[in-house]
Amino acid sequence: MKRLGLLFAALLLAACASEPRKPVAPELFVVVPAKDGHIGTIVVESNGQKKVIHSAFGSERIKPDGGMVSANMTRDQVHEIFADTVDALPGRPASFTLYFLEGKDELTPASKVELDKVFADVKKRPLPDIMVIGHTDTVGGLAYNDKLSLARAERLREMLVGLGIPAERVGAAGRGKRELLVPTDDNMSEARNRRVEINVR
Amino acid sequence: MKTPSILMAALLACAGTALAADIGQVKVSKGDVQIQRGATKQSAKVGMGIQASDVVLTGTDGAAGITFTDNSLVSVGPNSIFAIDRYSFDTTTHAGEFEGSLKKGKLAAVSGKMVKQSPEAMKIRTPSAVMGVRGTEFVVQVDEQAAQRP
Repeated sequence: MKRLGLLFAALLLAACASEPRKPVAPELFVVVPAKDGHIGTIVVESNGQKKVIHSAFGSERIKPDGGMVSANMTRDQVHEIFADTVDALPGRPASFTLYFLEGKDELTPASKVELDKVFADVKKRPLPDIMVIGHTDTVGGLAYNDKLSLARAERLREMLVGLGIPAERVGAAGRGKRELLVPTDDNMSEARNRRVEINVR
Repeated sequence: MKTPSILMAALLACAGTALAADIGQVKVSKGDVQIQRGATKQSAKVGMGIQASDVVLTGTDGAAGITFTDNSLVSVGPNSIFAIDRYSFDTTTHAGEFEGSLKKGKLAAVSGKMVKQSPEAMKIRTPSAVMGVRGTEFVVQVDEQAAQRP
């Protein structure tokens, strides 16, 4: 019985020796904190092992022998390897809300000032895609508000096109009083609902 | 006068369907960047549409950045191959899936709306692992050159 066990062990060893594992390309996975400080989570699965990373610059490395190693890296270490890649990330999508005078497609004085921020953001992007969505408060009927919300969006669209953005890159749509920012009863004047959302990416 | 405008509308509708297949757009292209679609390969230009099953290949001096329809951002560094295996996104429900493979090289990404809606809707495969993305920013390297060094 003992001899059989030895034989088995020898066979096992021989099987291992005859098939050495081919080294794999080393891999590296790192969670990077967002600009606003938010730290995300990634889950890396390899060779039946599952590792969760959720710390700033927390990393998982896969070694040439296939083994996994967890480590906390520094910002500089990550930068050294990934700077050329991170630099190529497109600009973060941004969203702006501008408000209108009651029953008109004219911006409030405060939003006219805010408009410069929108223009500045848009100008920074080499090839912006913009969607403008208009909204109204609940004063008036559905059809009236659909028309008014679209007029508001179109107004912004014209301004952006006037700024030099190619017309086909700027979309405009009206949602009427269907998507209130502040829920109200019907026929209620509410300044915060008279708005456009501008989504830029 | 009526006929040309109808024609124009038809053309626009046509352009619309062509655009519908695009799941993203090249926003950054530096150095040698190629997009392989089926059997054809072409140099990536800023503004070019990206479709599911496209493969991004970069040379020694290449890097590319892509924005996807769910606002996911992905960039690929030099000497890299990144394949988009599957992509779908519902703009109403924000449900979707994004599966890509980094065959070699480096990738940086910021997850978008679909991951916010359902964690791990985005997955990145590498030769040795599968990564599920619960959010938000991360980087990945497959160091093939290190594997080839003796």
